Amino acid sequence: MTYSPHTDADRAAMLAAVGVSSVDQLFDDIPRAVRATRFDIPSPLTEQEVRAELTRLAGRNRLAEVSFLGAGAYRRLIPAVVDEVVGRAEFATAYTPYQPEVSQGTLQAIYEFQTLICELTAMEVASASHYDGATATAEAALMACRLTGRNRVAVSTAVHPQVRRVLATYCSGPGVEVVEIPADLAEGGSGLTDVEAARRAGGDDVACLVVQQPNFFGGIEPMAELADTAHAAGGLFVTFVDPVSLALLEAPGRYGADIVTAEGQQLGIPLSFGGPYLGLMAARMDAVRQMPGRLAGATRDAEGRRGYVLTLQAREQHIRREKAASNICTNQALCALAATAYLAAVGPDGLREVAERSATQARSLVSALEGIGLAKRRFSAPYLNEITLQVPDARRRHAALVEQGIVAGLVLGPEYPELPDSLLVAATELTTDRDVERLAEALEGNR
Amino acid sequence: MLPDDRRYSREHEWIRPEAAEGVIGLTEFAVTELGDIVYVELPAVGSTLTQFASFGVVESVKAVSDLFAPASGTVLAVNETLRGQPELLNADPHGDGWICRISLAASEELDALLDARAYETLIGIE
Repeated sequence: MTYSPHTDADRAAMLAAVGVSSVDQLFDDIPRAVRATRFDIPSPLTEQEVRAELTRLAGRNRLAEVSFLGAGAYRRLIPAVVDEVVGRAEFATAYTPYQPEVSQGTLQAIYEFQTLICELTAMEVASASHYDGATATAEAALMACRLTGRNRVAVSTAVHPQVRRVLATYCSGPGVEVVEIPADLAEGGSGLTDVEAARRAGGDDVACLVVQQPNFFGGIEPMAELADTAHAAGGLFVTFVDPVSLALLEAPGRYGADIVTAEGQQLGIPLSFGGPYLGLMAARMDAVRQMPGRLAGATRDAEGRRGYVLTLQAREQHIRREKAASNICTNQALCALAATAYLAAVGPDGLREVAERSATQARSLVSALEGIGLAKRRFSAPYLNEITLQVPDARRRHAALVEQGIVAGLVLGPEYPELPDSLLVAATELTTDRDVERLAEALEGNR
Repeated sequence: MLPDDRRYSREHEWIRPEAAEGVIGLTEFAVTELGDIVYVELPAVGSTLTQFASFGVVESVKAVSDLFAPASGTVLAVNETLRGQPELLNADPHGDGWICRISLAASEELDALLDARAYETLIGIE
C-alpha cells in the first residue's frame, strides 16, 4: 500500500468542509495549557538508519541458550507447514469475518479448528477462539454464572496466578465473587487442589469450580473427583487444560467437565514476548446459547453444496447488544489457523509423541538434578512435563544461571511466598540431553 | 379480534387469569414481528416473576427479545413443549404456545394491563 500523507490542499479542503480556517481553530475547545506543543521525538531517519537502530536495539535482547521456563508458555517445534499456511495472504490479511458468507475459506478453517478442539477435549462444541487462555477461562466462569444463575466462582490456588488475576478482573465488573480453594503446598505434600476444601466451599451459590490440569505446579489433579465435588453442589466444572497433555491424559469430556478452556500457544504459535496467544473454549451443546464468541457452523446452500456460516449469532453483541454472552471477546483467527495447521500436521500420533518426549525429558531433568543433590521434588503428585523442584537458595542460583544464558525455570517465591525455594521447571520435545547436562553442570558450578 | 378472556401488556405479553393463577404467553402481533422463533429460554419452575421485569428470552431468526412478566407471581409450570418445538409459539401463540403458568401475587396488578380492545388500538388494528 502506498503511503500518501495529506497535502496542504487536502488539509485546506477538509478544514473548509468542517467550516474552520486552521487546524489551530479546530482545536480551540482544548485549553492551551493541556495542549502538547512539542514532542520529544528524534529527527527522521532513512530506512537504512532505522534498520541499523532496530538491529542495535534487538541486540540488547538476552536470548537464553538453554531454557526450562514454561509456566503456561512453551517452546515447541513448529513444522514449516504451519507458517506456510498462516502466511498465505488470503488468511494473513483477514480479520474476524464481518461479512462471513464471502469468506468461505476463513469460515471453513474456523470450522475445522472447532472440530479439532472438540476431538482433543471430547466436548460437543468449541468456539472460534478467544484472546488467550486466561480470558477464555474468565469468560467460562461468567458463562457458568449465567448457566446456573449463581454469582460465586471457586478457583483453585493451583490455577496459574495470571489466569486467576484475569478471572478476578472479569468478575469485578458484574460483581461476581471469587473464592480461592487452597492446595496442599506443604513440603512433601501432594501439590494438588484440596478436594475437601473444595467440597466445603461448594454452597448453593457457587456457579463453578475452576481447576487447571496439569496444575500450575505441574501436578496431575484428580479431575473426576473434583468434577463430582463441583456437581454435588449444583455447580459446573470448568477446566483449564494443557492442550498437548490431552494426547496422554484423559479428555475433559470424559471426566465430567462442563466447560473446557486452554491456552493454545503450544499448538504452532511461537513464543514472542507474550503474544498473540490463543484462547480455546469448548462446552456441552446444551450450554451453547450462553457460550461467548463466534461459532462457525456447516450447512448446505440452495444447490445442496456444503457451505459455512457464523451460527447462533443471537448470542452476540451485534444482535443482543448489552445482553450478549460477551461484549469483550473476539476470535484469534490467525492463531487459530496456526493451531489448525499444527494439529493437522502432527496428527494424533504426532501429538502423543510430542507429549511423551516432553515427559521423558522432564524425567531425565529431575533425575539429573536429584543426582547432583541440589534439587528434589517438592510435591508427590504425578507430573507430565513440568514439575516444582525444591532448590536451596533458589532465587540466587536462578539469577546466577541467567548470567550464563541458562533459564532454570520460574522462581515461585514472588507468586507463592510459601514456596521460597521452589523452581517450576519444564521440558519439551525440544529439550535435549545436552541442555539437561548444561543445567546440572551450571548448578554444580554455582554450588 | 383478540380473545377477551385475558389482559395484554404494552410489551406484547398476554395473561389469562384462572382463579388465583395466570397463564402467560406472547401475543400473535409479537410473534409475527419476531418472525420464525427458534429458541425460548423458559423461567425455572418455582422462580419468582416481578411485573414488567424480564423473566426469559425469545430468539427468532432475526432478533432476540426479553420476555417481560405481565404480572408478579411464582412459576408453577412452564410449557415444556416449547423446548423442542419453539415454532409452536408462531403456530398458536394464544393457545398451545403458552409460556408459563404462575400463581398471582397480587391480582389487582392486572388492572394495570390493557383489555383486548385497548391492545388492538395499541398495535393499530381496529
